[in-house]
Amino acid sequence: MSKVRVLVGTKKGAFILTSDGKRKRWKVAGPHFGGWEMYHLKGSPAEPNRLYASQSSGWHGQVIQRSDDGGKTWAPVGNKFTYDGVPGTHQWYDGTPRPWEFKRVWHLEPSLTDPDTVYAGIEDAALFRSTDAGQTWQEFPGLRGHGSGPHWQPGAGGMCLHTIILDPSDAARIFIAISAAGAFRTDDGGVTWRPINRGLRSEYIPDPTAEVGHCVHHVAMHPARPRVLFMQKHWDVMRSDDAGDSWHEVSGNLPSDFGFALDVHAHEPDTIYVVPIKSDSEHYPPEGKLRVYRSRTGGNEWEALTRGLPQRNCYVNVLRDAMAVDSLDSCGVYFGTTGGQVYASSDSGDHWAAIVRDLPAVLSVEVQTLP
Amino acid sequence: MIRLILPAHLRILAGVGTQVEIEIDGEATLRSVLGALEARYPTLRGTIRDQVTGQRRPFVRFFACGEDLSHQSPDALLPEAVASGAEPLLLVGAIAGG
Repeated sequence: MSKVRVLVGTKKGAFILTSDGKRKRWKVAGPHFGGWEMYHLKGSPAEPNRLYASQSSGWHGQVIQRSDDGGKTWAPVGNKFTYDGVPGTHQWYDGTPRPWEFKRVWHLEPSLTDPDTVYAGIEDAALFRSTDAGQTWQEFPGLRGHGSGPHWQPGAGGMCLHTIILDPSDAARIFIAISAAGAFRTDDGGVTWRPINRGLRSEYIPDPTAEVGHCVHHVAMHPARPRVLFMQKHWDVMRSDDAGDSWHEVSGNLPSDFGFALDVHAHEPDTIYVVPIKSDSEHYPPEGKLRVYRSRTGGNEWEALTRGLPQRNCYVNVLRDAMAVDSLDSCGVYFGTTGGQVYASSDSGDHWAAIVRDLPAVLSVEVQTLP
Repeated sequence: MIRLILPAHLRILAGVGTQVEIEIDGEATLRSVLGALEARYPTLRGTIRDQVTGQRRPFVRFFACGEDLSHQSPDALLPEAVASGAEPLLLVGAIAGG
C-alpha cells in the first residue's frame, strides 16, 4: 500500500509525519534540529529517501542538512553560498542602494531526475545549484545580472527567492519568483533569464505595471501542463496560459485575494487551492474563519472548503511554502499554519482534520507519496 | 588543551555536550582555537564566523575569565588561563529575539 510522508519545517525544528495511504492515523517524528528555524525540507523525486533541509538561525546562520534514509538520520553538507563575482547592489526599502548579502536559504528544489542535484533559492535573492548532493553550491549569476537586479527591493519578509519550478517537459526551463521583484524564467538552463510579469498590476509600486517590482508570493504548476502557471501575488490570484509570458487575474469571488499559499490538485490541472488572508497588514483569515478556497475551473469561480477547519476565532496565517498535495488516487491536500497546526484532507479538500495541532509556527509543508 | 563552552544551538548541530576540549598547534588565539574547532567539527563552519571573511557573526560573543574578548583581534593571545585549560572559552549566543 502507498504511504505518505509529510515534511514540516517550523520556527523551532523539523517534523516528519507519516501515514499509510488511508491517511487516517499519523506518526509524528521530531523535532529534528530543535530550536533552529527550518525554512524548507524537500525530497528528491528521483530518490525519495534523499531529503534536503534548510536550517538556519539568527545567531549562527545557514546550515544545509541531507538525509539518505527518509529523515531518520541527517548529516550537514555545504553551507557556503558565495555570490558569483562582485555582488553589486539592490535597492533597500528606502530606495537606497544596498550590497547583496547572503542571509538564508528559503527554498530547496531537488532535481526531477538526479538526486545529487538540488537548487536553492536564497535571500538576498539569487538562485544556486549543487550537483554534488549539497556539498558545494554555485550561483546562476545571469539571474541577478540580467539587468533589473539593481532595482529589486525586498518584500516585508526580505528579498527572498522563494519559488523554484522545474519544467518536467523541458530540462532547460526553470521558473523562479522573488519578493518583491516578480517572476522570472530561463529557457537555457539558467544562463539567461527574463522577467515574466506582463499582466501583473501592483498598486503599491510607482508604475503598477512595471517589468519588475511585483511582490509575487507563490507560483504553482501542474506537471502535466507546464505552460499553465498559477500565482498568488501580494494581492490578486493570477493565471498564465503561456509559461508566464502574460498573466490574467482569476481572483473571482474570493473573499480576499491576498494570501501566500497556492497549489494545484495532483490529477486535475484546473483544480487549484488558495487560503485567502484578510490583508497585507492583517495576516489572518477573513472573519476569523480558516477556509481553503478551491476552484475547479482554473480560477475565477471559487468554493469555500470549511469542513473540519475552525470557523470562528481563528487568526493564524498560512505561509507561501506551507501547502502541498500528495498524488494518491484520492488527492490529499495539506497545509500548516503559524499556529502550529498541520491540516490534511484525503478527499481533495472536502473534509479536513488536523494531523497535529501544537507545533511551532509552520514555515513549510511538503509531501512525498511513497510506494 | 583548550576548553570551549558552546551555546545550545551549536551543541545540537555538532552533537556534543556543553563542553568541548580541543588541542591546538602553536599559540592560543581566537583564530587558532576556532580553526581547530571547525576542523574537528566541520558542521560548525560558518556558524560562528563568516566562512569567507573570517569575521565573527554579529550575534556571537566570546567570553573568558570575566572579560568580553569579542572585539579583540583574532590573532591576539587568549588569556593564559584559557590557553592552559584552567578556564574555558565561552561562545555565547547574544540575547536577541526574545
